[in-house]
Amino acid sequence: MDWLISHAAMSTAELLRLNLFSPVILCFFLGVAATLVRSDLKFPDALYQGLSIYLLLAIGLKGGAALSASAEAGLWLVLAAGLVLGAAIPLWCYPVLRWLGRFKPEDAAAVAAHYGSVSVVTFLAAIAFLRAMNEPFEGYLPALVAVMEVPGIAVALLLVPRPAGSGRVWGETLHTVLAGKSVFLLLGGLFVGMLAGERGMEKVDAFFVAPFAGVLCLFLLEMGMVASRRFGDLRRAGLFLIVFALLMPLLNGAVGIGLGWLCDLSRGGAFVLGVLAASASYIAAPATVRLALPAASPAIYLTASLGITFPFNLTVGIPLYFALSGWLYGV
Amino acid sequence: MTRVTIIAEAVVAERIIEDLLRLGASGYTRTEAEGRGSRGVRASEWEGKNQKIETVVRPAVAEAVFDHLVQDYFEHFAVIAYAHPVEVVRGEKYG
Repeated sequence: MDWLISHAAMSTAELLRLNLFSPVILCFFLGVAATLVRSDLKFPDALYQGLSIYLLLAIGLKGGAALSASAEAGLWLVLAAGLVLGAAIPLWCYPVLRWLGRFKPEDAAAVAAHYGSVSVVTFLAAIAFLRAMNEPFEGYLPALVAVMEVPGIAVALLLVPRPAGSGRVWGETLHTVLAGKSVFLLLGGLFVGMLAGERGMEKVDAFFVAPFAGVLCLFLLEMGMVASRRFGDLRRAGLFLIVFALLMPLLNGAVGIGLGWLCDLSRGGAFVLGVLAASASYIAAPATVRLALPAASPAIYLTASLGITFPFNLTVGIPLYFALSGWLYGV
Repeated sequence: MTRVTIIAEAVVAERIIEDLLRLGASGYTRTEAEGRGSRGVRASEWEGKNQKIETVVRPAVAEAVFDHLVQDYFEHFAVIAYAHPVEVVRGEKYG
């Protein structure tokens, strides 16, 4: 992982350029291009599933091994802060969408749920970015993903009046998210890595650590294709939604970085909390919202989270949040 | 006996199966399906392929299933359903 060279005070423009020309992000653009030229390139479902399982487990294992080496004192404070932040984000997203954007209550709540939850792939890209920059970060950060996935969705669903007989939705929501593979593998990997310890992990490092960035390239190639399929809906989405999907991540990212700083996280850790706050879910949230708020339009919430915010964070957001964290930490 | 065929978007398939069993179906067959309807082509991989759910039930159960689909699913979800009269062997199996 030497395509980026660690440099203490890199300018924002330099960070942007380095991120955009990293293989991971270039592969994302390649995926976008594949859709635009209507290539017959297609990932079999099993490969997509396989790659995501590898990435989730790898990131959990690595974090667990780091945790076993040094017990981190601030762990619980940071997890609590992440949980509260995830739950709070819909509280300002909803009014903005409802009254400034004049969205229906269901649509406003659906979009708010997506921004309150997090994008695991954006998180993986952020970790790859930190590794490439040789910037240290806390080992328990994968646990942060797990605690931030649910609260935002739950709070957003509480913002709209619920139709009768919707109790079932809560059970399904909890089960979807808690037993879903992303939370299961991230937390499971943390435990396995912690129990095996750094010495135990050395035996599997060659498989789980070195190829990580390469596998992420393949995965983002697929994500480029998936995300660009939403571009067709952009015209129907309207200017307000586009502006919202570009500005809200910046606000949420800044809040996340600030909160990380207050919690005494390292610069890398605060950056990751910022990325998580800025990211919008497009796996857990859509599945839940489709069932819980059937009247909300998927064309609105998926276009915002998958078509706009995800590519924005991946390309421009990550270097920006890193620059912002550097400024806050006086680097 | 009546064979009820339901084609539904993947997110609601589990729910519909639970409902079928609750309304008196004693079993079902589920297959992946692809196609196009009034809501457009379903192509998003993240939500999974359409599901075709078939069940053989007494006519009264089929009626109940249809009423339930009308009430809970047709408005917001991509779901269609149709029924055929069918002959079966071992009719007692179907409740």
